[in-house]
Amino acid sequence: MTNNQHQQVLDALQQRFGADLGSVSEPYGLLTVEIPATRILDVLDFLKNHEQLRLDFLTDLCAVHYPEDPGREIAVVYHLHSMVHNIRLRLKAFLPISNPEIASATKLYSAANWMERETYDFYGVLFTNHPDLRRILNMDSMDYFPLRKEYALEDETRNDKDDRFFGR
Amino acid sequence: MVKIGEKPEGVEGQGFFATSLDKVIGLARANSLWPLPFATSCCGIEFMATMGSNYDLARFGSERLSFSPRQADLLMVMGTIAKKMGPVLKQVYDQMAEPKWVLSVGACASSGGIFDTYSVLQGIDRIIPVDVYVPGCPPRPEQIIEGVMKIQELVKNESLRRRHSEEYKRMLESYNLT
Repeated sequence: MTNNQHQQVLDALQQRFGADLGSVSEPYGLLTVEIPATRILDVLDFLKNHEQLRLDFLTDLCAVHYPEDPGREIAVVYHLHSMVHNIRLRLKAFLPISNPEIASATKLYSAANWMERETYDFYGVLFTNHPDLRRILNMDSMDYFPLRKEYALEDETRNDKDDRFFGR
Repeated sequence: MVKIGEKPEGVEGQGFFATSLDKVIGLARANSLWPLPFATSCCGIEFMATMGSNYDLARFGSERLSFSPRQADLLMVMGTIAKKMGPVLKQVYDQMAEPKWVLSVGACASSGGIFDTYSVLQGIDRIIPVDVYVPGCPPRPEQIIEGVMKIQELVKNESLRRRHSEEYKRMLESYNLT
């Protein structure tokens, strides 16, 4: 993807959303734009239906937990791809961990259904208006969100391991 | 070449042979174990080699794999068992008819292996009783055969009363099985 296309995407977003756009970066050449969580559906809808962009494919939807960033602990990440123009774009929306709510993208992208369930399963992000927001990979009886940093990765019930040899 | 099982200890004379029923039944069972392969990952691949012509588990009377737990004698658990699959494995074990044996193949089935993580069962012996553990990651087919032969030894020497004993019932109850 060329810088030309990056500029095209940025121009279109700036023209439509202006001051609402957050920081812009290009880690490893992938254009990344931060957007306010409240505008997520507007942004996705705009990008999907834009004549010159047509970001019509949701490659991935996931979350990241940044515990040391108060008020913006949960980042919800959207990877978009244009099958028509071969443009890729990453969107990030930050949520406070006390109220990790964001609108569901299932109306725009059917693929978002399971990805949002997975994100809920591991990070507890609540996607409002999701048709069926329940755990998808972990056991239904699990009572926490395992990829949040406050929980240990290891199985807590195991007692045959000597901490000295396992870096704990 | 057909190899006939060694005859058990007994009293022999012209035209008769007397021994205990335990031993005869043990001999018959040990050489006709029907395994149910519960293969979830790489240990399952080693099991395929074990059943193939190079190693050929059929030589030990386990030619006939049973894919229904109701007709199986030996549950072979090969691979990582996620916690979510735990209840499924337990149900499969529960559906097998007595007498039944369990062989835990590989590090994952035996202890969780390298997957010391929130989603993986740290050894199947947390939900079902295991008779023989085969170490390895994954174990070679020779080791799996060794495990099956150890099971055969258990089967040959098991008392017919064992599965009716109080001890056995208590053991099942400790796993919440009846």
